[in-house]
Amino acid sequence: MPKVIENVGCPYCGCSCDDVRVTVSDDGKKVLEVENVCAIGTEIFKHGSSDHRIRSPRLRQPDGSMKDITYDEAIEWVAQHLYKAKKPLMYGFGSTNCEGQAAAARVMETAGGMLDNCATICHGPSFLAIFDNGYPTCTLGEVKNRADVIVYWGSNPAHAHPRHMSRYSIFPRGFFTGKGQKKRTIIVIDPRYTDTANVADYHLQIKQGHDYELFDAFRMVVIGHGKDLPDEVAGIKKEKILEVAEIMANARFGTTFFGMGLTHSDGRNHNIDIAISLTRDLNKVAKWTIMAMRGHYNIAGPGVVWSWTFGFPYCLDLTKKDHAHMNPGETSSVDMAMRDEVDMFINIGTDAGAHFPIPAVKQLKKHPWVTIDPSINMASEISDLHIPVCICGVDVGGIVYRMDNVPIQFRKVIDNQGLLDDETLLNRIADRLDELNAQGA
Amino acid sequence: MSEIIIKNGYIFDPISGIKGDKADISIKDGKITDKVSSKAEVIDASGRTVMAGGVDIHTHIVGPKVNLGREMRPEDKLFRGSFRGGILKQGKHMEMGFSIPSTWKTGYSYARMGYTYANEAAMPPLMAPHVHEEIRDTPIIDISAMPVFGNNWFCFEYIKNKEIENNAAYVAWLLNATKGFGIKIVNPGGTEAWAWGDNCVTINDPVPFFDITPAEIVKGLIETNEYLGLPHSIHLHGNNLGNPGCYETTLDTLKLAEGYKPKNKFGREQVLHNTHIQFHSYKGDSWGTFESGAREVMDYVNSNKNITVDIGAVTLDETTTMTADGPFEYHLNQLNHIKWANVDVELETGSGIVPYIYDKNIKVCGIQWAIGLEIALFAKDLMRVFLTTDHPNAGPFTRYPRVIKWLMSQKAREATLDTMKYKDKVIAASHIASMDKELGLYEIAMMTRAGPAKALGLSSMYGSLAKGADANIAIYDLDPTNIPSDPELIEAAFQNTAYTLKEGVVVVKDKQIVAEPHKYTIWTKVNMPENAQVMHDVKEKFTKNYTVNLENYAVFDEHVHNPRAIEVEVA
Repeated sequence: MPKVIENVGCPYCGCSCDDVRVTVSDDGKKVLEVENVCAIGTEIFKHGSSDHRIRSPRLRQPDGSMKDITYDEAIEWVAQHLYKAKKPLMYGFGSTNCEGQAAAARVMETAGGMLDNCATICHGPSFLAIFDNGYPTCTLGEVKNRADVIVYWGSNPAHAHPRHMSRYSIFPRGFFTGKGQKKRTIIVIDPRYTDTANVADYHLQIKQGHDYELFDAFRMVVIGHGKDLPDEVAGIKKEKILEVAEIMANARFGTTFFGMGLTHSDGRNHNIDIAISLTRDLNKVAKWTIMAMRGHYNIAGPGVVWSWTFGFPYCLDLTKKDHAHMNPGETSSVDMAMRDEVDMFINIGTDAGAHFPIPAVKQLKKHPWVTIDPSINMASEISDLHIPVCICGVDVGGIVYRMDNVPIQFRKVIDNQGLLDDETLLNRIADRLDELNAQGA
Repeated sequence: MSEIIIKNGYIFDPISGIKGDKADISIKDGKITDKVSSKAEVIDASGRTVMAGGVDIHTHIVGPKVNLGREMRPEDKLFRGSFRGGILKQGKHMEMGFSIPSTWKTGYSYARMGYTYANEAAMPPLMAPHVHEEIRDTPIIDISAMPVFGNNWFCFEYIKNKEIENNAAYVAWLLNATKGFGIKIVNPGGTEAWAWGDNCVTINDPVPFFDITPAEIVKGLIETNEYLGLPHSIHLHGNNLGNPGCYETTLDTLKLAEGYKPKNKFGREQVLHNTHIQFHSYKGDSWGTFESGAREVMDYVNSNKNITVDIGAVTLDETTTMTADGPFEYHLNQLNHIKWANVDVELETGSGIVPYIYDKNIKVCGIQWAIGLEIALFAKDLMRVFLTTDHPNAGPFTRYPRVIKWLMSQKAREATLDTMKYKDKVIAASHIASMDKELGLYEIAMMTRAGPAKALGLSSMYGSLAKGADANIAIYDLDPTNIPSDPELIEAAFQNTAYTLKEGVVVVKDKQIVAEPHKYTIWTKVNMPENAQVMHDVKEKFTKNYTVNLENYAVFDEHVHNPRAIEVEVA
């Protein structure tokens, strides 16, 4: 008899939906059906029991081919190379549970290496702004239950976070928002007419790269200098700016969601900094909150876990072994790769092969490269060693942090069929490193 | 199993009434016992002070707001590692941070000060899995965490309808779901109001849309707590914290406990614990006329035995303020304009974080420092007045030894006053300069272990050297027959123990971490019949209002680490 498992967490985007229904085969090895989930989430569950899944570590041979090896051999290979390396880098963690991220912290503290996560190429600029200006935010349920004005700025949830608008922001009916979308004002600020802009009450088609100026204009209006605005700012007419600022200032509860459109266009961390300042200004006249549209279902996780472990969310230098250091630009993955400072690279739960600039990948490729990931991806295909692991939410459970830093407890739905999870694998590597360190000492 | 005997120390144990007598302490299998065999390992404590392991009744060390503080303040890690004045790695993990230390440093630092138990003062129920993850990574010390109830929609509705039995069933359910310890209340009603940018600054301000007042919330939760007979009383951070003139609100709040009697099997005698009362003892009507209200507040506390308080002493450091009192943090940020974080949590609570510098050259900071110490010096019964800094709000917990120094030495207080730019104004607005009282070691033991353990309802297990208690013991390099005339030596002795034992295991020896044994998560398990009405309400709220499914809300067993349940039976 197939079995239905409810309240399953979805390992795709930062929405970290936890209402998925998964039907699995009688033997607990196959995912048969997935409900309550977006198209992308469905594919991840299906992939979990696909016949194409790699089930054994693979080591590159002198002739360039990959040969299956055991987990024990793979753990020994990684531990030996980490032991020898002077400045190894472990990077990734968009798709690992927090238990795996804690174990990774142990490995790199023991090895004395660099530890970084995908924020370094997505919401890193948001961290820089938060360091300078704080983070007035809320949980997504507050938006659902209270918000009457929603701003999406430089983000397109219709494609990147498919259930965000229906579960949390535009459409749901909450305690104080019984009329749902009818009583909410939606403002989308994006140079493109996206599918999210399509459902907005106001789409401000801003000139690409001019976000900072528009924020500044809104701040002027909120502080009381609206009449001094020029006729047009960032491609938006003065009248429109005044009209939208008026809506923001009169909100009962407003939220600004921002994405890569701000962190990766001109201004970067300064865009987020002024977005936070605007939120602070708006709190003098209304109630406002702001939230980063974190990409993956647990990319908030490493920032959380490493903050309690080391005090820094990303770009960690643990090479001194007795203290941690963080200085993005100096200790960030891409910058270190471009300077060829790293002498071993472990790509875990992400695909640096696809996401890093080609010159950075070329530098990293000069040295031993390990990929720890359930899937075949560009990183795994150029690796010296590929170690497949469980998929969190499919064949291993664990805690993950949603984009609002709310911890969600994920469940395992199918048997792991001999695959190790990240936590077990990394702890075994750390145990072996402890032995090597003890022998060396 | 293992046996240890601690020989010839001067024992200070208020639970058994021992006031510095020279005696031996025997330990067997992790518990205090009356005798051990001749094979027992001997620890020589001659010329040293022996106390039970310290118990911190109110501290913010694990959980989402503590961690957002760590995340947003890289500068708090300025002092680190060997070459920057930090601590060299002693335990299994490096130690990072000052006012909001990493979990590893937190556990190690408490152990080095002789503390073995800490009560995390505010757990947002929705974030409970996060709190338990951090507990897992905090070494050595036992930890409990109190869920916040003072702005919870369920409680609002039950209390408004005078359904104490239903409220009790809900509290019992939530303690179980979050593996929480007791009832924490922060700015009752005010944090809910803050979700609309508003606040409740008196006990009679109505909570927007909920038709209830802070006074009703506090009384309803006292009644709920005593209906259940929980080990701890309600643990209250009242309204109007931190504002000039707030002592009047504090007195109004404390009076809410009048007429209530404790009902429990744990030896607890209070029905209301008012935390960090320093922040609630301000007179004046502006920052210009700001002055100490410690005498007025302590006069009331001294004469009402059903109240306990902790002091929340200001340590004159750069620190990180963080509280579930969201509106307070916003207003604090309007004063200092440094960075501000805020997290409103659906249906339950909120929080804010603002870095703060208690600068001894600022008049108000000097007066705040004086008030914290005055609270303890005005106290008539130190079994009801506990030492805290509301870590990290008034200063980091690693400054407890400094607070002890100030309490034990008028000379030390005068020396600090002398460094203040506005010394004369501070003296004029406070009582501190005229107070010559100096506390002794027995009184310090009351404030730091026996008293808090009793108020938490845990004095049979913690904060005690009586037979049967956990063998949590601190041995300080301090000879009570010859207290050093240099107060700095008192601080140094309390900063690093000669030995700390946790459940009979030596965890600190000669100021160094030497072992990291397992530790417990303490929580309160209420055994009572399931309440159909409450379970119906819970299901409804999760269907309609929460964004997390009910079945994923309660912390899964595998995410609770070494749970140790305190059981309560309710018929």
